[in-house]
Amino acid sequence: MSYAEVGYQPYDFANRRHIGPSPKEMAEMVAAIGVADLDALIDRIIPADIRQERPLAWGRALSEQGVLERLRSVAAKNRVLTSLIGQGYHGTVTPPVIQRNIFENPAWYTAYTPYQPEISQGRLEALLNYQTMMADLTGLDIANASLLDEGTAAAEAMTLCRRSSRSKAGAFFVDHHCHPQTIAVIRTRAEPLGLTVTVGDPFTDLDPATVFGALFQYPGTYGDVHDFTGVIAALHGAGALACVAADPLALTLLKPPGEMGADVAIGSTQRFGIPMGYGGPHAAYMAVRTALTRSMPGRLVGVSVDARGNRAYRLSLQTREQHIRREKATSNICTAQALLAVMASMYGVFHGPDGLRAIAERIHRKTVRLVKGLEKLGFSVTPQAFFDTVTVDCGPRRDAILAAAERNGVNLRPVGETRIGIAFDERTRRIHTEAIWRAFGGGMSDDDLAHDYRLPADLLRTSAYMTHPVFHMNRAEAEMTRYMRRLADRDLALDRAMIPLGSCTMKLNATAEMMALSWPEFADLHPFAPAAQAAGYAEIITDLEAKLCQVTGYAAFSMQPNSGAQGEYAGLLTIRAFHAARGEGHRTVCLIPTSAHGTNPASAQMAGMKVVVVGVTATGDIDVDDFRRKAEAHAADLAACMITYPSTHGVFETTVREICAITHEFGGQVYIDGANMNAMVGLVRPGDIGGDVSHLNLHKTFAIPHGGGGPGMGPIGVKAHLAPFLPGDPPAGEAAVSSARYGSASILLISWAYCLMMGGEGLTQATKVAILNANYIARRLKAAYPTLYASPAGDVAHECILDTRGLKERSGVTVDDIAKRLVDCGFHAPTMSWPVPGTLMVEPTESEPKAELDRFIVAMLGIAGEARAIADGILDAENNPLKRAPHTVEDLVGEWDRPYSREAACYPAGAFRVDKYWSPVNRIDNVYGDRNLVCTCPPVESYADAAE
Amino acid sequence: MRKYTPDHEWVDVAGDIATVGITDHAVEQLGDLVFVDLPEVGAEYTKGDAAAVVESVKAASDVYCPLTGEILEINEDIREDPAKVNADPQGSAWFFRMRLTNLAEVESLLDEADYRAIVG
Repeated sequence: MSYAEVGYQPYDFANRRHIGPSPKEMAEMVAAIGVADLDALIDRIIPADIRQERPLAWGRALSEQGVLERLRSVAAKNRVLTSLIGQGYHGTVTPPVIQRNIFENPAWYTAYTPYQPEISQGRLEALLNYQTMMADLTGLDIANASLLDEGTAAAEAMTLCRRSSRSKAGAFFVDHHCHPQTIAVIRTRAEPLGLTVTVGDPFTDLDPATVFGALFQYPGTYGDVHDFTGVIAALHGAGALACVAADPLALTLLKPPGEMGADVAIGSTQRFGIPMGYGGPHAAYMAVRTALTRSMPGRLVGVSVDARGNRAYRLSLQTREQHIRREKATSNICTAQALLAVMASMYGVFHGPDGLRAIAERIHRKTVRLVKGLEKLGFSVTPQAFFDTVTVDCGPRRDAILAAAERNGVNLRPVGETRIGIAFDERTRRIHTEAIWRAFGGGMSDDDLAHDYRLPADLLRTSAYMTHPVFHMNRAEAEMTRYMRRLADRDLALDRAMIPLGSCTMKLNATAEMMALSWPEFADLHPFAPAAQAAGYAEIITDLEAKLCQVTGYAAFSMQPNSGAQGEYAGLLTIRAFHAARGEGHRTVCLIPTSAHGTNPASAQMAGMKVVVVGVTATGDIDVDDFRRKAEAHAADLAACMITYPSTHGVFETTVREICAITHEFGGQVYIDGANMNAMVGLVRPGDIGGDVSHLNLHKTFAIPHGGGGPGMGPIGVKAHLAPFLPGDPPAGEAAVSSARYGSASILLISWAYCLMMGGEGLTQATKVAILNANYIARRLKAAYPTLYASPAGDVAHECILDTRGLKERSGVTVDDIAKRLVDCGFHAPTMSWPVPGTLMVEPTESEPKAELDRFIVAMLGIAGEARAIADGILDAENNPLKRAPHTVEDLVGEWDRPYSREAACYPAGAFRVDKYWSPVNRIDNVYGDRNLVCTCPPVESYADAAE
Repeated sequence: MRKYTPDHEWVDVAGDIATVGITDHAVEQLGDLVFVDLPEVGAEYTKGDAAAVVESVKAASDVYCPLTGEILEINEDIREDPAKVNADPQGSAWFFRMRLTNLAEVESLLDEADYRAIVG
């Protein structure tokens, strides 16, 4: 008798772990759709003339164990020295309890942006803590829920000043002691907007009458700590606004910007427990005076009430944002750095105000001792009063000292020709101080010098901060762990259920892809460390770029953009620079279809382009005739078109090549938005169908988790003719869209590991299954929810728009009602009312197994049944399970006076019984929240009120 | 006599003074208003300029100046409590009064029947 092998590949990551449906389930799904097999379905859906010629290939796919080994070997090529370079990035200790329970916890990192507030109360509370902490530390009234990085926050501060300043002057003043990368990002942002940037000394070069705003760094990049009260008053006298880029840790000891009269404060919270990660991701902050609230970009968490009148959190003032205001938005920003802001807020909760202050004091005292030692050695150290950063004049010995320090394991910052910058941090110990002294030629020990304080006496902080009880919890780890667990349990993330958000690609974020983020070889590299120390990162970035080029058909990539929207902006800047270099700088018109994502017009506006809107036909496709007419009318000044493929309506348009050809015919460049790349990888390449530039949302298609609303990563790929115009090196002062050359470099590991484990074949199969899953849902739900846009054969791409408008007409049930009822079923809602009002857009991704798709289908059909019962008069029009969703435990234990049963309320079709997800709040009153804006933690008394 | 614009503003003209608000139809489309921004008194606008902003939770919309002139007075009540616009859009919740500098423009406005025909 011969032995029959089981024939199963346990280490095939793509087909066993990443792709949800098993081969058997796929066969059932294909049959339900009515095609012979998966390839037949794909051939029917994707136009033959756009299919890529050669399959993706980069060798055998690695197993999870294999990829971790590979990552270990590449990690070993990074050399982790102690970087005391400063310049906006500092060593920090991530409290282990935060590292494991948030940073490494899928309950936090796989959540989506909290647009559905009822299932996002946990991270909304954490973000409200963040806003409260930043408003307190800066001495300003209101802070947002984070921005992408310090450089872009500074650029946003400039445009905020432009919008809100009474001054008609055309220049923005920038302190010459701002970080060089910040100045580079500001200059890049200012140029297409026609704003002048003046860099100089605020105390000698600033003429308030000539500027609409100014930005100062506090402490300065070389360590100086100045009181800006006088210059700020002078700016206000001239109708201009004042911004301060402040180190939040320094603000525990120093007078905050708000007390100097500043209107805006920005900065990075990286040193609140977020690893440097060779550039990111980190959360930047922005805080403003109340009067500027509506001009502030970015997400803003606010307090409202639910249907019972209980406190509940939500995102406030969304009308400022691009998805509503489009080119009139305050910014193209549609991402925050939620996960990192949550970590920073927890660092604040963990240490409390006293802990933060103690950390700052220790760093300062150590810096004082360092300086005393250097002075003893005869060096001239500036400034006299400082927080944690000083600059040492070394004369001709400078480079030798830098090299000696590096040999001693310490990176210092070269400044100018003869100076060295040193910035101490939370991780600095006496061995580092002594290593520096040795590099400077001294042999004393840390014990030789008494510590004291050299803080500027007239700038000491006297006001309290972080007074809210959340920052004064018992410091036991038990308490901290449970607080984070309680918050996580309020939220619904991918670790509990499918998140079928159309256009958001909420696919698996595999554990093996995430693990290396915590390794010191990747986490502890300073973005401006000598390149030779980052050989591992260089290898990964180069290899990932090559793979992404193969996937897209482009010639070069820039990893700099920190979000999809920033990628759009960077891509359009690249096009702009290309035209300018050819003497065609007058080309400024950008054609954008009405179906585009709101970031497209907002980004075009930021890139100095004039948006011309193109219509779509009744079937949802771009109106080719209208497109041609408008391209022709702007033949002299056409810069670009921005299209999304497959379209935002979830269809592979057959006219895409024609659209690209028309654009090129009239001198424009084609920007293909990569938001829907998950329907193309391995099958269609944007570069082949006529694209010149695209961004890829690595946080959608390439497995980076959404982090509950950031981080994101939007690298851009370009054809060869555009490669010379890609963003440059920010600290070197080249054109830059974010602070660090490779943006949030550390999360590139995730996409790289994903590509290695999937292999070219696995990625292609993933695309096919993503399309299969969407078509399966569309078919199964068609009778209850017609698919709004489909091919003549009834097919969709990787997502489908369910038309719920008929249901509303018949029963009065809105998309909101369906979304909130899905919470009762234990689901995150699909994308609501976008791109078409009154519809739901569903994108299941390839990672969802058939059982989860079926659970969703059952839930949606159950909701359709309830709507029918309303239409038939069986259920009351208002007092029914849909209108009163979501249901809470409070509802069940209270008086039950509803014409439907408790059973119907809490166990709708599709809901788990034992593992039921309970919404922590009833439906949230959005209007109340926007009419009564509260964006910091409510005072304790109001907690008592709520409990009564 | 009350006049209208296709952009959903209503205008009462008396001599060279016009009172401007937004129509009940516009308010119905926007839903509960949460924010109203009004122009500064003394500001001068040309017909068609955006002079005010209204926001609901889900929508933001500019209110256009229906005629050319100078802002004389604004309705602080609705800025303090935007819900008043929902309550009485075509009555007490006027937005601003202006002194017209080009009376001929009044001819271009719609009468009630024309406006209602447009919005169906």
